[in-house]
Amino acid sequence: MTVITITKTELSDGLAALRKGYKLFGPVAEKSSYTFRELEKDRDPDFSYQNTRLSPKGIVFPQSEDMFTYTLDSTREDAHFLKEAPKDYSPRVIFGIRPCDAKAVSLTRMNFDTRAYRDPYWMGLFEATTFVGMACDTPCQTCFCTTAGCGPYHEEGLDVLISDRGDHYLAKPLSEKGRQLLAVAGWLKPAEADFDKNKAAAEAKIGSSVATDRLASADTLALYGADFWEDISFACINCGTCTFVCPTCWCFDIQDEVHGKTGKRARNWDSCMFPIFTIHTTGHNPRGTKLHRVRQRFMHKLKYFVDKYEAGIMCVGCGRCIRACPVNIDIRNVCGLMNSRAAENVCAEGK
Amino acid sequence: MTGYTDKIREIAKRLLQSCQVEMVIGFRQGSVPMMSEPCMVRRPEDVDQLMWDSHCGINLANYLTDRKEKIAVFAKGCDSRNMVTHIVENKIKREQLVIVGVPCQGMIDKRKVAEMATAEIVSVRELNSKIEVKTTAGEESIAKAEVLQSNCRVCRHRNPVIFDEMVAEPVAEQADVDPYSDVRAIEAMTPDEKWKYFDDLLAPCLRCYACRNACPLCYCPTCFVDEAKPQWVGKGQDPVDIRTFHFLRAYHCAGRCTDCGACARACPVGIDMRAFTKKLNKDCFDLYGWEAGMSLETRPALDVFKANDPGEFIK
Repeated sequence: MTVITITKTELSDGLAALRKGYKLFGPVAEKSSYTFRELEKDRDPDFSYQNTRLSPKGIVFPQSEDMFTYTLDSTREDAHFLKEAPKDYSPRVIFGIRPCDAKAVSLTRMNFDTRAYRDPYWMGLFEATTFVGMACDTPCQTCFCTTAGCGPYHEEGLDVLISDRGDHYLAKPLSEKGRQLLAVAGWLKPAEADFDKNKAAAEAKIGSSVATDRLASADTLALYGADFWEDISFACINCGTCTFVCPTCWCFDIQDEVHGKTGKRARNWDSCMFPIFTIHTTGHNPRGTKLHRVRQRFMHKLKYFVDKYEAGIMCVGCGRCIRACPVNIDIRNVCGLMNSRAAENVCAEGK
Repeated sequence: MTGYTDKIREIAKRLLQSCQVEMVIGFRQGSVPMMSEPCMVRRPEDVDQLMWDSHCGINLANYLTDRKEKIAVFAKGCDSRNMVTHIVENKIKREQLVIVGVPCQGMIDKRKVAEMATAEIVSVRELNSKIEVKTTAGEESIAKAEVLQSNCRVCRHRNPVIFDEMVAEPVAEQADVDPYSDVRAIEAMTPDEKWKYFDDLLAPCLRCYACRNACPLCYCPTCFVDEAKPQWVGKGQDPVDIRTFHFLRAYHCAGRCTDCGACARACPVGIDMRAFTKKLNKDCFDLYGWEAGMSLETRPALDVFKANDPGEFIK
């Protein structure tokens, strides 16, 4: 595919042109961190970020999203009928998403877009969105993407990948959606350049890793019953931080909220770390202790997902859960324990 | 404070070897700079994972709730006050605990260090009153006093108020601190300014409940935000619901909060929700001369009626 060159001035002009056809989301500095926001006129994305505190998953999977509205006023003909909440699926672009977060959207899609069921809300926003990635030349200390099936120049889930070359940018279109966006922005100047020139250097900067090679062959019940879960889960306070900052966590809860006689049915991010995530109406909770819940989170990401989808781990190595955890529970350590325990099992069985 | 580590291991080993306790609750080295991980040790041969430094800000009283074992636990001044509160509130029995006091000189706020550092932090080393910060761009030295947690700066109870033994001699208490200047600054605001202040404060809240869960006081089997019948508060991102959560959480801590700072420390988005609890701490102090968790003998201020309790509000 042809690589496009964009000067820094052209980038600003192009973003202005994009705003006419797209809602523009990009990273901006807010207080002491970076976050993705809709960029109003004259506000350009700030590319000095390493990564944002929260992933941009909320743009396709909002933390709170109305699904239906209804009235309980019996004098009205439409009383008790659920009506579709108004939706805006106009074109939008996430400009400057990191490759890890884009791959996370692809992993999430496996859950929301299946042969049996397509989630209309997630798909509506997903299909409306063009993903423009910013390759990651300065990864964080906690990044381990290269061993989590991803990397600083990983292209999966992206429509365009951009690489910062100091005085200009190179853009690599990766889909028809991406080519359209480049045309709308007026970025069409082909370049005779090696797009991947900095890729190896960026990958070499990823200083930490996880071993996942034995997870698929590991015995599920042996991992489930492993003796390390008490030690791993001891510090956990069962907050939702790890799941909320995770770009691949997709669980939600559906709630009805009524004010007076009008109500809405909304869905909100949920977390397997919360006891009420699994509590039954009988009062029984099959994951009644934090050990159950911590084990579930790691088993889901590193074993059940691996077995069900055969697409690697449900983690892209962004390191957010490591940085944000109030008590320093580190998925790299847990993955290492699970993978080495898997190896022990293999040896014990003489395979 | 790194000098405590050897003594902590020695005490833990002795208590486990002599079967005085079944487990020891302390901290072990974290995997990222400026973090330590609460941990439990059951075997004498494992005590070497225990350590102590200025990043042990999580309140270990939180790990004692409803435990049945005989436990040795390390306690800073604030932790010890929460242990008193736990005992008074019947969340653990005094005779289950061997409280090992750790005189505290303040915990480091990793966000402040990150803000002062010129690049991403690779490692942090503590040297008495200074910390040496190694970043991806080089090395820099920062005075520890500049990067203390804001609650530690105004702490008047650095030494444990209850203990069975101490890892070191008590440290000097900070006498000349004004713990409530920030509360007075908010009290002096106009109602509009207060709205704006608290709206800005809570704007990034994710409702992950890390503040609630890091707090030793929040041990209800089902928190009011998790109740479904009746549902007291909406679960979405409506600012009214977010405020309701924070206001009620703070009120549930009234007369019980020791300002240990675990809530603010745990918050993944940097909200200092102590702005709420500190106002109530100040009111308790002004109205009843009450500071939480100072004694096993005195009933908490909101637990007793006294004839001379202030009553102007019902006139």
